[in-house]
Amino acid sequence: MNSTLYSLIGLAAGVAFILALKGLSHPKTARRGNLIGAFGATVATLAVFFYGAPLNNLGWIVGAIAVGLVIGVPAARKVEMTQMPQLVALFNGVGGGAAALVAIVEYLNLGAQATTAEVIFTVFTVVVGCVSFSGSIITFMKLQELMTTRPVVFPGGRFVIAATLAATLGVSVWVVVALGTTPLLVLAVLSLIFGVLFVLPVGGADVPIVISLLNAFTGLTVAASGYVLSSTLLIIAGTLVGASGTILTRLMAEAMGRSLFGTLFGAFTAKPQEASGSAEERPVRSGSADDVAILLNYARRVVIVPGFGLAVAQAQHTVRELADLMLSKGIDVAYGIHPVAGRMPGHMNVLLAEANVPYDQLAEMDEVNPTFGQTDVAIVIGANDVVNPAAQTTPGCPIYGMPILEVNNAANIIFLKRSMRPGFAGIENELLYDPKTMLLFGDAKASLTKVVSALKAL
Amino acid sequence: MDAMAIISIFVLAVFVGFEVVSKVSSTLHTPLMSGANAIHGVILVGAIIVADHSKTNLELGLSLAAIVLATINMVGGFVVTDRMLEMFKPKKNDSSKGGE
Repeated sequence: MNSTLYSLIGLAAGVAFILALKGLSHPKTARRGNLIGAFGATVATLAVFFYGAPLNNLGWIVGAIAVGLVIGVPAARKVEMTQMPQLVALFNGVGGGAAALVAIVEYLNLGAQATTAEVIFTVFTVVVGCVSFSGSIITFMKLQELMTTRPVVFPGGRFVIAATLAATLGVSVWVVVALGTTPLLVLAVLSLIFGVLFVLPVGGADVPIVISLLNAFTGLTVAASGYVLSSTLLIIAGTLVGASGTILTRLMAEAMGRSLFGTLFGAFTAKPQEASGSAEERPVRSGSADDVAILLNYARRVVIVPGFGLAVAQAQHTVRELADLMLSKGIDVAYGIHPVAGRMPGHMNVLLAEANVPYDQLAEMDEVNPTFGQTDVAIVIGANDVVNPAAQTTPGCPIYGMPILEVNNAANIIFLKRSMRPGFAGIENELLYDPKTMLLFGDAKASLTKVVSALKAL
Repeated sequence: MDAMAIISIFVLAVFVGFEVVSKVSSTLHTPLMSGANAIHGVILVGAIIVADHSKTNLELGLSLAAIVLATINMVGGFVVTDRMLEMFKPKKNDSSKGGE
């Protein structure tokens, strides 16, 4: 294959990626957009094989791709939709790791022939790629709840981070000036440590924003390695992801009412929260499935607020059954979907769509909030932070400023909860103690099944 | 490649990237992030190039590791995005209410 044809194929793949992102921005074209992207990536990969034919180490290369396929495809196929955000985080991390490795190998390969510009781009790729890799691993562990979801802050934390950052920058200069393998490896290790320190102070609810940011970072590393490898395709693809990822990060932060700065550094500036130990002994009103059914039976309008707990209990189908039953009784039913219900923006829509909940019953936050005043019953299923009025009333709490679903305006509130444990952000919810709130403890699916049969009997 | 061409490509790609995603509903944030994530898996192309001209075992080993990671990123990313979007496809609902 001659180099003109190879470049043209690379350009076509770049165009495919633009069309992919464009398609992914609209519900009707999203799936097609993704397939166009996959097609572009496949063609670009095959083109390298033909362009360089015969490739050195061909057997090894094909073998490594096979290993990647054997790991990646089943992981993507089998993951529960509830755990999908952490898988995306992990995929992003390995991409950053791959970019860093590519830069290191090219650096070793070029040796003393590397131009200063190439070394600078290599340093950038190694630093940002390693930060993206280790940072994504931490976000994965937070989402998988392998570690605490609360912000991790230790005394002097900000100085340690500042020192690590300064050391990373210092070693970067060292690599550019001295050109050697050892400084580059030191740099990689420092960057990995910085990635961990960078993500640790981020609270659980803000993790999706960080994943999106790291995604944009990885895009930029791919663009930088494109420069070192003289690949226009990598420059285009990486820059596209870097730019769109930056916009997406900002949109997400806006949807959650957070500033990017507050997300990343909020844990250092927030005032320590007062202990909420006494709160747990306060009385709450808990009810039975029959009480809930009676309340629902005489309601005219019911809003269901689904949260991550619903998805964990795999109760999407049961909640749909309950909604259908209420509709057949002439009760007006809507689902109030918070932009970040679940673990990521749009996550809940995916989970409910999986359970065949009709699209027209899903109401976005801005649409449903003004209607809570005319709502007889709001049923909150496995959600907590997204209805917590502390976001509007308690300055300094980690979710302050986040827009919430104002279920506190409804005439009655029912919480289906497993326990009094606070939500993902780890904040006490005053609404649980409100006199118009009734709690139904237990697994969401089991509780809903009981409510459905009680309601049928009425 | 000359520097000016690279800078031009970079700047134009930045603006295209900004433009294509500027108006997207929050419903699609997750699939869009996941799709963009899969696209940067095209670093696989870079990993194959460096594996091709690796001269030492260390270089080859590192570049093969990069190929494995990049393949996971790219293929896994597109597959999981497709699974998410599968949920959005129009339903063949018998009880279609035709909501406006």
